[in-house]
Amino acid sequence: MSVDISQFYQVFFEESLEGLDNMESALMALDTDNIDAETINTIFRAAHSIKGGSATFGFSEVASFTHVLETLLDEVREGARGLAPDHVDLLLRSVDAMRGMIVTLQAGEAIDTRDSDGLKVQFEAILSGDQHVPEAAVESVEVADELTPAGWKIEFAPHADMLRTGNEPIRMFRELAALGDLKVQCHTNKLPSFDALSPEECYLSWTLTLLGQVALDDIKEVFEWVEDEADIAYHALAEGTVDNVADYIDNAVAEGGADQVVASPRGANEAMVNDMLTEVPDTNAAVVTPLKEHATQKDAVASHSPPQATAKAAPKTAPKPAAESSIRVGTDKIDQLINLVGELVITQSMLGQLGEGDSEDFTQEKLLRLQEGLSQLEQNTRELQESVMRIRMLPISFSFSRFPRMVRDLSQRLDKKINLILQGEQTELDKTVMEKIGDPLVHLVRNSVDHGIEPPDVRRAAGKPETGVVTLNAYHQGGNVVIEIRDDGAGLNKERILAKAYENGIVNPSDNLTEEQIYDLIFQPGFSTAKEVSDVSGRGVGMDVVRRNIQELNGSVDVKSQLGKGSTFTIRLPLTLAILDGQLVRVGDQNYIFPLVSIVESIQVGRNQINQMAGGSQVLRLRDEYIPIVYLHEIYSTTADLHSIEEGLVVVVEFDGGKYGVVVDDLLAQQQVVIKSLETNYRRVEGVSGATILGDGTVALIVDIAGIVKMGGAGQAIKQIETMVKNMSKAKVA
Amino acid sequence: MAKILAVDDSASMRQMVAFTLQGAGYDVVEASDGIEALAAADQGQFDLVLSDVNMPNMDGLSLVKALRQRPEFKFIPILMLTTESGGDKKMEGKQAGATGWIVKPFNPEQLLKTIKKVLG
Amino acid sequence: MSNSAVSQEHDNGGMGVGSAHADESGDQYLTFIMADEEYGVDILKVQEIRGWERTTPIPNAPPHIKGVINLRGTVVPIVDLRRCFGLDQVEYGPLTVVIVLRIDGDHSSRTMGIVVDAVSDVYSLDKDQMQSAPNMGDSFDTSYIRGLATVGEKMVMLLEINELLDLDDLPSDKELKQQLKAEA
Repeated sequence: MSVDISQFYQVFFEESLEGLDNMESALMALDTDNIDAETINTIFRAAHSIKGGSATFGFSEVASFTHVLETLLDEVREGARGLAPDHVDLLLRSVDAMRGMIVTLQAGEAIDTRDSDGLKVQFEAILSGDQHVPEAAVESVEVADELTPAGWKIEFAPHADMLRTGNEPIRMFRELAALGDLKVQCHTNKLPSFDALSPEECYLSWTLTLLGQVALDDIKEVFEWVEDEADIAYHALAEGTVDNVADYIDNAVAEGGADQVVASPRGANEAMVNDMLTEVPDTNAAVVTPLKEHATQKDAVASHSPPQATAKAAPKTAPKPAAESSIRVGTDKIDQLINLVGELVITQSMLGQLGEGDSEDFTQEKLLRLQEGLSQLEQNTRELQESVMRIRMLPISFSFSRFPRMVRDLSQRLDKKINLILQGEQTELDKTVMEKIGDPLVHLVRNSVDHGIEPPDVRRAAGKPETGVVTLNAYHQGGNVVIEIRDDGAGLNKERILAKAYENGIVNPSDNLTEEQIYDLIFQPGFSTAKEVSDVSGRGVGMDVVRRNIQELNGSVDVKSQLGKGSTFTIRLPLTLAILDGQLVRVGDQNYIFPLVSIVESIQVGRNQINQMAGGSQVLRLRDEYIPIVYLHEIYSTTADLHSIEEGLVVVVEFDGGKYGVVVDDLLAQQQVVIKSLETNYRRVEGVSGATILGDGTVALIVDIAGIVKMGGAGQAIKQIETMVKNMSKAKVA
Repeated sequence: MAKILAVDDSASMRQMVAFTLQGAGYDVVEASDGIEALAAADQGQFDLVLSDVNMPNMDGLSLVKALRQRPEFKFIPILMLTTESGGDKKMEGKQAGATGWIVKPFNPEQLLKTIKKVLG
Repeated sequence: MSNSAVSQEHDNGGMGVGSAHADESGDQYLTFIMADEEYGVDILKVQEIRGWERTTPIPNAPPHIKGVINLRGTVVPIVDLRRCFGLDQVEYGPLTVVIVLRIDGDHSSRTMGIVVDAVSDVYSLDKDQMQSAPNMGDSFDTSYIRGLATVGEKMVMLLEINELLDLDDLPSDKELKQQLKAEA
């Protein structure tokens, strides 16, 4: 039978990565002066499992690396060695190395062992440094260099309690019988009188004669599990000592004065049964199970194997599927789902009953019940939808868990003292949102550590405690998840931000900006207040990228700050990416969906409210604001019914702090839509964030506000407006 | 058909063991730690128990000791899944009442060979 | 390269191909008619055959992408083969047929539909019944033709679906938009 073990790889990768996360947080929590047993056990267990799995599944690079690690951890666990803080660093680096290896394997690529080899050498140095040389495996070989003898005589005297470990002598005899010609001789001289007999103890001993060219190791393997629970002696029988089995046994009987001689294990069994009498309690039944039954069982096992082998003839040439991701769901969520489906079934049967009978039977009362049933159905559907969405929800601790390690490493590198506080770790968030918020969060936390928290001496001089505090907090608010990154550091410096913004031409010195607007400048493209680019938060990735990534998740980010007291970045995210509150609009014969969250208002405008700008773009004057206008049909290269703006409607949307007007033919219903990807079967389309299926089964596209603003050149228009407004105000002054 | 209780906190190992044994026609119940294994043991009789040693909540050694306290598990074979480096674990396992051990890493064929030997 | 080794592993998506001349040695092709010519696609790529339905156009898509449809909850693009082959446009109606195909990439597979006039037959074709596509000069891209086969009196053009429906070759949105503007 052959089992294709590659089918378990993915599970192994996932549990290993999870184990590494656990190992990492346990390492972070480890106090080297006072090693907590449970913590070190957790660390050891993770390394141990990865080693066992990687060896089993044939990932030898991982196995050989984790082996060294495991050896060290085992010694620490057993109290045989302590752990220095730099050992912890080494172990943390090993976690990274292992993670790298697993991820590489997961991607189906070859492992680069350079990192792990370096670490391995260091671990080996630690292990051997204090003379912890493994004992040399020198074992005297009794029959070295001798020819395999003609047979073996084995004296096998189990200790009284051998049966209590579930070891049956019969099993061993059966195995021996498979190696050669076996004669079993049972000694019953130790058998006590019946009233003194305990059915749980073994009183018998045996002399076994195994004839044939059998290696001693093979025999020892049979007794491997009971070496310490029995007295076993092996005597080689020289060639020619015995001419035939019968002779030998006769001799043996004569020599040993054995009580009984039997010719097969089965005989031994019967002999034992006779000796032990038949009133053996049930618990001991295993010992007296007739061999025949075992034989049948064995046959059955054998006959089961072949179909298995054929069934597993997996296609080898099939294209490699992309790594499937899985999600672990609490049973309470599943139970809730089942309950809801139960309610749905009840509603369905109620509605079904109403549908029976003729049309004449349909009474006013039935109509009321139908309406009631439909509203019940609506509620069931909504609850079911919420429950299904909850399946994808994971606690944000999955994302937060990386930060203790990161902040520790960063603060060491920057010579800062930082205490990281995690709050609201149980706040749940959609798995996809969680995956995508990871990078922006890392960036913001790095930013707080690097630019927010001051070095200890600066803090002391400012009368603050040397140790800075960075707090990560998550909570639900309405239909959103809010994540705060708060630090008690230096805070944002308004003057410096403004100076930088003037320098980069983002704003003009004459602009009168509110505090809020000034802080918001740090999210502008190309803005960075760090005096020099550090290797921590530099690398050209700015806050603008953070904001864009968050906006792609239909979320927002803003900052509040107080000079000298610290800053708070607040991220707001939708609970899920799978469902969107949408506004249906019509352009020509097509329907599109606007995310409701980006709509400020929808208005009908007159031609007199429109100003023509240089370059052909149009601007709407709405109350005191000038809003760039884009026509959706122009951006989508399609046709609209409207011939001029007053025939359509302007949907005013907000994006990136600016307002834009999008002209459509008509506004239709608002509804929740399930987002479908266009990329699954097609590709990304500019100006479209996805698609959905409407109630009538047709597909409608979801408008990507950021995309259409960019495509319509409305961003440029905003700049023009600013200039225009400035000129106008100057004109007024003059 | 013989019924086997397979206990391992590693899902991949557990699945491999279960898949292999089921493929050979055994009835397999899975448990991811000692506590779960004892709960499974409450539900029915087994012909053999295969258990990992290092597990959270309740490790393999405690599991073996607890099982051996139960009359219906007193004499059935209990095998530990252990690693070569855990040399003294074998002895601890034996003292706790384990029948024997299977050394990791093992492949499905080796596992089946041992199980067949024990169950006959 | 031939995809037959790969595609043999797949089932044919429940297509009713019982009438096929079962021949283990050759590949099976589903053929269809367009403008009186017969074309064939590897039957193992065929997921289902359905009637034409109105599509939702994709903004700024190349002209041969008719749009997307809802195929039991997934959004599937529909390719207009007449446009691809430079044939005259016809009005699509209830009798027009869409063949839904599965295209395997390196890491994933995608589902797309092609609009054809009518489905014709299923043939088993040996390698030796096939000729490579003749060189038609620069004006005609033959990379999406796997070969030509003669069945009785007829010639069947066997299509290389992966090539034909390769989206990476498409011009970018911007290029397309400019192209569209120029046409208008």
